[in-house]
Amino acid sequence: MLSKTEYLLLDKKIAPKSKEGRTLLLAFLVGGLICTVGQGVSDLFKLAVPGADQKLLGEITSSVMIFLGAALTGFGLYDRIGKYAGAGSIVPITGFANSVVSPAMEYRSEGMIFGVMCKMFVVAGPIIVSGVSSSIVVGLIYWLVGVLK
Amino acid sequence: MLGVYLRVFFVGGIVCLIGQLLINLTKMTSAKILVTFLLLGVVLEAVGIFDTIREFAQAGITVPITGFGSTLAKGAIEGVKEDGIVGALTGGMKSAAAGLSAAIFFGFLVSLIFKARTKV
Amino acid sequence: MNGGEQTILFENKPRVLSGYSIVGPKEAMGPLDPYFHKRLRKDDFGQKSYEKAECKLHMSAISGAIIAAGLTPKDIDVNIGGDLLNQIITSSFSARELDIAFVGMYSACSTFAQALIVGATLIDGGYVCRAACSTSSHFSTAERQYRYPLELGTQMTPTSQWTVTGAGCTLLGKEGSNIFVESATVGKVVDFGISDANNMGAAMAPAAAKTVEQHLKDTGREVDYYDYIVTGDLGIYGSRLFLELLESEGIHAAKNHKDCGEMIYDKRQRCPQGGSGAGCSSVVFNSYFLHHMRAGGIKRMLLVPTGALLSKLSSLQGETIPGIANAVSFAVEETC
Repeated sequence: MLSKTEYLLLDKKIAPKSKEGRTLLLAFLVGGLICTVGQGVSDLFKLAVPGADQKLLGEITSSVMIFLGAALTGFGLYDRIGKYAGAGSIVPITGFANSVVSPAMEYRSEGMIFGVMCKMFVVAGPIIVSGVSSSIVVGLIYWLVGVLK
Repeated sequence: MLGVYLRVFFVGGIVCLIGQLLINLTKMTSAKILVTFLLLGVVLEAVGIFDTIREFAQAGITVPITGFGSTLAKGAIEGVKEDGIVGALTGGMKSAAAGLSAAIFFGFLVSLIFKARTKV
Repeated sequence: MNGGEQTILFENKPRVLSGYSIVGPKEAMGPLDPYFHKRLRKDDFGQKSYEKAECKLHMSAISGAIIAAGLTPKDIDVNIGGDLLNQIITSSFSARELDIAFVGMYSACSTFAQALIVGATLIDGGYVCRAACSTSSHFSTAERQYRYPLELGTQMTPTSQWTVTGAGCTLLGKEGSNIFVESATVGKVVDFGISDANNMGAAMAPAAAKTVEQHLKDTGREVDYYDYIVTGDLGIYGSRLFLELLESEGIHAAKNHKDCGEMIYDKRQRCPQGGSGAGCSSVVFNSYFLHHMRAGGIKRMLLVPTGALLSKLSSLQGETIPGIANAVSFAVEETC
């Protein structure tokens, strides 16, 4: 029989690959579309709330997008989009919402506390931890640079 | 106006396309992809390039999770400007509060209403 | 062992009294639909959780097989069952309801063969009269245990397989049928270093090839001796590797090889490499193959369910995936 190394080489050689072109195109289209929707939301609020600053607009837009992602997940549509779009629906902030909402829904059967609340961040946890930690590091570096100057 | 939307679509699409390329090449899971792009956003903000890209691409770069990263980093930097070293701790979370709270609250709400369904 | 290095020869021919298969809606849309005994319209089976649904599936398969043989639970000496969930809760919780002596089994998707081997051995030795060998799996319980939440928008990788929602039960007994368990080869755990949990076919193919090779060696048979050599859930790609591995040993099995995982879904059903799961081989054997053995189309077959012995923790710790395959051979007694 083939040796382990030979077998792993064979696997590498003949394993079915993803259809590169198709997945990339779908990710591009869906990702672009989601961002365009975000721009639309932002522009609408710019009209509705004249004089709103960049920060407020950003906050409103991301909240609305997160709401949309959460709602689509609730209706069971987001994972269907994801099946085709791949990174196109993972990378936008709606994908972050999906990664928070989907475990919350999934673990509902284990109860409110130990199911929903405990498991809500099983997928998105790393995003919060790495994001917050790295931002603190950035802040500290900025502070250090200021002190040294 | 239309030009802006074209730029948003194009840049947003490219960001996601890079993500898909990473998935195809490295079999990264969605959590790893999100973390990668988030950190990318933090770094771009920290070195000061993010604002330039945003000028050009607007939602094309802020709607992807890179935007969330930049919000965090920008918050920390501004926090330091206002409150000194304590701001490094509080600034990031403060500026990302809207997104985080929305995710937690809507996640909780949705889990009360809907049940996870099997896919066919 | 009495039949060579790893093979048991059953001298008293334990009989296959009946078989029962129950599947979810997706499986019922596949090409084997006409052979299944029962199909669910919704895969929650009217239960509050998918774990409860799988348990009900498992129980239904056992009682279905008992009824199909014209017996009652009292006539069954032992239920030998297994599934994929942690602490095999599906089989033990269904045994809680059944009031039959219970032996729990686990060897991932190869559990069905393990149950058959233990059942046939007990009957062959004269220790029990009838044994119900059952396994089950459920897409939605396996998915959350091994992978991601259902609603998370992830893509299936091209080598991944879809866990079969279904349960199957084979009732073995001392007498009362012309189909019997003829021999069995207990597999060794084989690891060729595959570490991608979404490439289970490749992880299990070496185990399957080794077990089949050993079986043929122990029994002194050629591949042609069997009408079919049926692997459990290698999937399309895993089957290809399995055949390549046998080919490198000079065994040409491509002609009479079938794979339950490959058979159960249609290409259009978007399961890249086919089905998998402890229920996969058991629903396909108890429906399609048992039917054809009864109808006379198949005289001798070797069933080789394959299992990938990984857990979420072992994958995260960077372990490679060990595989196992157990072979059970069935034959139809010639009546003259």
